[in-house]
Amino acid sequence: MTIANAVLQGIFLGAFYAVLACGLSIMFGVMRIINLAHGDIAVLGAYVVFVIVQNTGMSPFVAFVAALPVMIALGYLLQLTVLERSLKSGILTPLLATFGLSIVIQNLLLIAFSPDVRSLGGNAGAVTTSSWQITSGLSVSALGVVILVVAVLVFGALQLFLSRTRAGWRMRATAEDADAAELVGINSRGVYARATALAVAIAALGGLFLAIRSVFDPVSGPTQLIFAFEAVVIGGMGSLWGTLLGGLALGVAQTVGAQINPEYSALTGHLLFLAVLVIRFGGGRVSWRAAR
Amino acid sequence: MTLLRVEELDCRYGLLQAVRGVSFEVAQGETLALIGANGAGKSTLLRAIAGAHRPHAGRVVFDGADVTNMPAHRRVSLGIALVPEGRRLFPSLTVDENLRVAAGGRGRWNVQSVLEVFPLLQPRRHMPAANLSGGEQQAVAIGRALMSNPRLLLLDEVSLGLAPIVVDAVYRSLGGIIGEGTTVLLVEQDLTRALKVAGRVICVLEGRIVLEGAAASLDRDRVIGAYFGLKRPA
Repeated sequence: MTIANAVLQGIFLGAFYAVLACGLSIMFGVMRIINLAHGDIAVLGAYVVFVIVQNTGMSPFVAFVAALPVMIALGYLLQLTVLERSLKSGILTPLLATFGLSIVIQNLLLIAFSPDVRSLGGNAGAVTTSSWQITSGLSVSALGVVILVVAVLVFGALQLFLSRTRAGWRMRATAEDADAAELVGINSRGVYARATALAVAIAALGGLFLAIRSVFDPVSGPTQLIFAFEAVVIGGMGSLWGTLLGGLALGVAQTVGAQINPEYSALTGHLLFLAVLVIRFGGGRVSWRAAR
Repeated sequence: MTLLRVEELDCRYGLLQAVRGVSFEVAQGETLALIGANGAGKSTLLRAIAGAHRPHAGRVVFDGADVTNMPAHRRVSLGIALVPEGRRLFPSLTVDENLRVAAGGRGRWNVQSVLEVFPLLQPRRHMPAANLSGGEQQAVAIGRALMSNPRLLLLDEVSLGLAPIVVDAVYRSLGGIIGEGTTVLLVEQDLTRALKVAGRVICVLEGRIVLEGAAASLDRDRVIGAYFGLKRPA
C-alpha cells in the first residue's frame, strides 16, 4: 500500500513538474530555443504573485490572474528585445543569452527581496491543508488534485489550440518552416512573441504552484529548471503530451525513490532521465532527429 | 498597366553575386517565364520579389508601391504569393490545414474552389501533407499560394522532381488559373513548356538578362543559345 501511495503522490508531484516544463517545451518546439532562464522566470512569477498578495491580501490564485497580464507582457518584451536578436546568430547564442538572463533575474530578485525564503502556502487557505483519507495508507491532498486538474486542463487547452484554431495552425506552421510560413502571410515574429508570452505565462503558473506547495527564494530557479528539463527530455523533445507524461514519470520516480530511502528522491529522478537518454540516444545509434 | 517593376536588382549570398542589375516589368494579366540554366539566379530573383531574400541593391515596386524592404508576410497581404522551390509544405499539418492557414484576401479562392481545380486532393484532405505523393504535394503548394487570393503568382520550378504525366496535369490546372487573368511569373527549366504557357520569356544567364521577347517571336535556337551562353546577343 505504501508503494501505491508513493505512486499516487508522485503523480501529483509530476503534474507540478509538467506545468513547469510546459513552457520550456513550447519554446523548444516552436523556436528551438532552450531557455535556461525558464526556472528563474517561474520564480519571478512567484514573486509577482507574492507582491500582489502582500499588498492586497487577496488569495494567491486571484493574485495570479492579476499577475498574468504582467507576465504575458514580459514574455512579449523578452522575445522582441533579447531572444529575437539572439536567434539570428545561430543556436548557441540563445542558450548563452538565456543563461545570462537567468543570472540577471536571480540578482535582481536578490536586490529587491533579499535572500529570505518565502512561501504562499499560508495565504492559500484551506486548499493547502485539506486532504481526503482513501484508506489507511492512501491519502489525497486537495492541492495535489488542484495541480493535477490544472495541468491536464493546460495541456488539453494547448492541444485544442494547436489542432483546432487558425492561430494554432500558424504556430505549428511557423515551428516547422518559418521561412515558408512568412511566404503564406504568417508574421513569424508575431508568432514567436506569442509563443514566448504563452511560455512565460505558464511558467508563472508553475511558479505559483511552487510558492503554494513549498518555499522559494531568489535562487530557486535553477533547481526547478533541472526538473522541468528532465520532464521535457523524458517525454521526448518538442512533444506536448510527451512533456505531461514525462513530468508524471519523473514525479513518480522521485516519490518511489524517496519511499525506499528519503535521500534517493532526486537521485531516482536523475536515474530515470539518464536511462531514457541511454535508451533513446545510446547503443551506438545516435539520432539527432528528435533534436533537429 | 504595370503590376510589378524590378529595378537594377542585385542579390548576393555573401561574396557570391546571384543576380546582377536585373530590371524588368510585368504587366497586369501577363504570364512571364524566366528561363535559364541551374544557378542562373532565377529562384533568387523570385525569392527577392516575394520578400524571402533581401536584395543588396535595387528596388522592387509592386502596384506602384516600393516593397523592397517589406517583410514577406506583408507582401502576401498586398497580393504577392510564391510557390517555393521544393514545395515547402508544413509536413504535420493536414492538406486542409495547409490550405486554411494561408487563407486571406478577397477573391474566388477558398478551400472549396482549390479542391475543384485539384480534385486529386479531395480524398487526401485530412491527411498530413508529409504522406502525400510529389504531385499531390505540388498541388497543395500551388493551392496554398492561391488561398491568399494573389494578384501576382510566382511559381518556382513547379515541375521539378515530378513524373512527366504529373507535370502535364499540374500545367493543365495552371492553364485554367492563368486564363482567369491572374498575373503569373514562373521559373521553368523546361524550355518547350515555358514557351507554350508564357506570353513573354526572359532568359537569365549568370545573373543577367540576356534575352527577352514575346514567346511567339523567339525562335528556339536563339533561346537555346542564350540559355547556355553560346552566342551572347549584342
